[in-house]
Order: sequence, then C-alpha cells, then structure tokens
Amino acid sequence: MAEKIIETVNLTKRFGDFTAVDAISFEVNKGEIFGFLGANGAGKTTAMKMLCGLLLPTSGQATVAGYDVYRQSEKIKLNIGYMSQKFSLFSDLTVWENIEFYAGIYRMPRQAIITRGEKLLQDLELASQKRRLIGALPLGIRQKLAFSIAIIHEPRLVFLDEPTGGVDPITRRRFWEMIYNATERGITVFVTTHYMDEAEYCDRISMMVDGKIKGLDTPANLKLQFKEKSMFDVFLQLAREKSHEAL
Amino acid sequence: MENNIRAAGISKSFGSQVALQELDFAAAPGEIFGFIGADGAGKTTLFKILTTLLRQDAGKAEVCGLDTDKDFREIRRIIGYMAGRFSLYGDLSVEENLKFFAQVFDSTLQENYELIRDIYVLLEPFKKRRAADLSGGMKQKLALCCALIHKPKVLVLDEPTTGVDPVSRREFWDNLKTVAAEGITTLVATPYMDEAMQCDRVALLQEGRILQIDRPAQIIADFPKAVIILKTEHNRNQLIRKLRKLPEAESVFSFGETIHVTCEPAIKGKLTAAIAAAESGISFQPEQAAGIEDCFLYYMQRADGRENN
Repeated sequence: MAEKIIETVNLTKRFGDFTAVDAISFEVNKGEIFGFLGANGAGKTTAMKMLCGLLLPTSGQATVAGYDVYRQSEKIKLNIGYMSQKFSLFSDLTVWENIEFYAGIYRMPRQAIITRGEKLLQDLELASQKRRLIGALPLGIRQKLAFSIAIIHEPRLVFLDEPTGGVDPITRRRFWEMIYNATERGITVFVTTHYMDEAEYCDRISMMVDGKIKGLDTPANLKLQFKEKSMFDVFLQLAREKSHEAL
Repeated sequence: MENNIRAAGISKSFGSQVALQELDFAAAPGEIFGFIGADGAGKTTLFKILTTLLRQDAGKAEVCGLDTDKDFREIRRIIGYMAGRFSLYGDLSVEENLKFFAQVFDSTLQENYELIRDIYVLLEPFKKRRAADLSGGMKQKLALCCALIHKPKVLVLDEPTTGVDPVSRREFWDNLKTVAAEGITTLVATPYMDEAMQCDRVALLQEGRILQIDRPAQIIADFPKAVIILKTEHNRNQLIRKLRKLPEAESVFSFGETIHVTCEPAIKGKLTAAIAAAESGISFQPEQAAGIEDCFLYYMQRADGRENN
C-alpha cells in the first residue's frame, strides 16, 4: 500500500455558526499530484491553512508528513513547502536575498543554502540575475523561482495555492513541467487551480462544494462518475447541484 | 460604423523599458475586444493610456472621438474601469460601494438600474455585507456593477476573472454579453483562452506589439500549422520529452488530458505514423483541429525566438 503523506478524518473548521470545512476525510499518497478544486468560497483555503499548521481545526483529525496538526504544527511547517500566486517572494529583496531568507526560515545550514541556492539558480539559468530585485523580474520567472525556493529544503510535500493564476499559456505549461520534475524526485504536490485543463494534469482530484468533498478520484474516473465529457462540466454539475439545494 | 476606440501608433517607454511599440487598433460600439498576452506584454499600460491614467510618448488615442491627451476630463465620465487588483472599498458594504461610485459620477443606483439589474440580483442578498468579506466571484460582480453604474460608453476590464472559479467566470461573461448588447464597447484582458473565444475580436500582445489581431475563428482558420492530438496511457511527462526530440515536431505541449504536437501540414500523416510506430499506449483523438490556444502558443513561441522548450 502506498505511503500516506496527508490523512484527514472528519476534519472540520467552524467560524462562529458558519462551517467553512465540514468533516472532510481524504488521503494523499506519497509522490502524487493531488488537485484540490472548488468554487471561490468553498473552503479550500481554510482546509489548506489547517493542513499547513496555520489554523487549528475545530474537530476531526489530520496528519501531514506524519505530524499531527494539533500538536506538531511547527514540525509540519518545517517539512512542507508553500507557494501561492498572491504572495510568494519579497519584491524589494534580491533573488539571492529571497533564497537566503526562505532557506534560513527552513533552518537549512549555511553551507547547504549556498550549494543548493547556486544549483537552483543554475538550473533556472538565473545565475546572472542573482543580485537583481525580484520586483524587476517578469512574473513568469518569479513564479518558477518561487516554486524552486518553496522546495529548496527538499520537503516531502509542497502546497501550491493557485500557482498559475493570471499567467500566460506558455508559462503555465512550463510551470507544470517543473511540477512534474519535482514529483519525479519524490516530492508530493498538493495544488489548487481554476484552470480545468490543469485539473487533468493531477493524479487525483477532490472537488469541494460548501465545505464538503463531493467527489474524489482520478480525472478520468470523475468524468465517468458524473457522466461528463470534461472536468469543466463536472465542476459545473457540482456547482449547479449546490444552487439547486439553495433554492 | 463609427468606432468607440481608436488607437494609432501608440508608443510608451518607462526609462529604457519599452512597454508599447506603435500600437494600432480600433473597437466598435457593442464590441467585446480581448487582449491576450504574457505578464509585461503591455496590456495594463495600454489600458491606462486609454483610461487617461497615463500619457503615451507618441501616437494618438481616441475614446468616442475624444482625445486621451486633451479631453481626459470628458473621457473619464464616459468610461468604466476595473483595475487588475480588487480596488473597491473593503470596509464599505456592497450597497455603500455602489452608492459611492454612483455619486462620484453624479448618478444614482436607480438611474441606470436596468443596466446592472441582472448582475445586481445575484449580489442583492449580500448588500449589507462588507465588500472585503465577499467571495472572489462576488467581488468581481460588484466591481463590474460599480464600473457600470454611470452607464459608460466604454468598459475597460483588466483581467477581471483572474483567480475566479470556472462557474463564476461563466456567469461573469454572461453579464458582459448583456452589457455589450447595450452598445457598450468592452476591452478585456484575460489569461483564459476559453474567454478569448468569447470575444468578437482578440489581439495577441507580446513585448508591446500586436502579433495577431482578428476574430478568434479567423485566427484559427489562418493557423499555418497542423496539430496532432493524442493521449497516452503511460507517463505524460516522459512522452513529452521524447516527442520534443523529433525534428519534425515544432512544438509539444500538454492540453489537459491530451498532448498537442504541431508540425507542417504536409508531413502530418507521416509524423502521426512515426509516432504511432515508435510509442505504445498512444491513442489519437478523433478530432484533430487546432484551437485558439494552439494559435497563441505558436505565435508567442515564434516571437520569443525560443524553440520547442
């Protein structure tokens, strides 16, 4: 049986009388690309914050990389990577300062920061840009750099929160090629996206509606299960069910 | 027909950084005109010039016959603008935001209610909620309402649906179609190719130049390459790397569950046969036609001077 990198049982978060995440149970296998899909406001961000050790659940259980979200959130933070489109690198620091900052936060030893940092810049062909401010780099390059820095400490798992929002079609594809390369090195990827073609690049997908997981399987099986031709149609069907319930 | 927007030879630089190079285009009343391009291609700079927030270095731009340079005051009264970032007042409620924007334009919520009714009915249950507490899709609907509250002649939308889920995006575009039917010209920047297909015309922008400008269907019809669309049962990434080594394959990209290989139309049959013979577990899709995304990938890559990778 595959090793589980995330396991949740009835994980729940309430804010007052509003239930943002409603008893979700799922597992993520080591090395897979797990797509976490849902409409705006479905509860994805809240669930992700709990899994990253940033928010305490109201009830239920969850372990991430073998650590408990209630008691070992600091351990979780050291063993995961995180990147989002909205916030990733500091634009008023240079490329190298960002590398040193993040690697330092992950408590990497000085020598390792230098070796891996230089290697990272070489792989991205950015060695000449080392002293440039992040803000001066095009978004496409920033995204790739942010992703590489998010996994500089070789975490077992990386969370990507809409990593390709607002990015052009070529850059999006190159970014996904980097994601594949990371999984080939054994890193598990947990990713949210609003691009339905990217949903197809995931090994398995969960579909969240109003705090609950309404579907969880491979893209091919979800299309069979909901009798739809594309992931977009699956998404639409689930969201429409929601509006019927509301009426 | 008289055009609502006319831009001729627009250039703009920031220091040594060239943002726009002699851009020409025009958009008619009721037209939805899309701009596609990478970050930094010049979309936002162009929109800021047309909305009179920036002045061009050279060239002439007109909005409804008014000059962006001389008549900026008048232009500001007849345009609606949605900036790339959420720029409403988060501390004000939905209703307060609308009233505020109406007042700024000496109008009222009631005066042009017909124009925003379809959108506003979706927002109305939340009218007392602070704008900051709305979901992404709702925020965008409110921003659109605020941009329309004074019944502008031209609507300028800078990536209005980035970060918005697929269902909300579809609703947002239904709203745009309603607005266009009123004769309002809409300029919209988008990274989504399905949205490009919904525009009357699109311009592909790269490094401040227009690479292509036409109706989406025409851009597809003019695509000079053939595309081979296939699926694999095995590792997709490994197959992509192998296919990129084929000299006849001009580009190889993932497209959802499929892989698209572009080549010269004359050798499509030969290349298809070669791939089928060399790889196991491959199936070719029954539909083998290029889409708008194939076209844009091709033109962007060509302009980039980068090959295959």
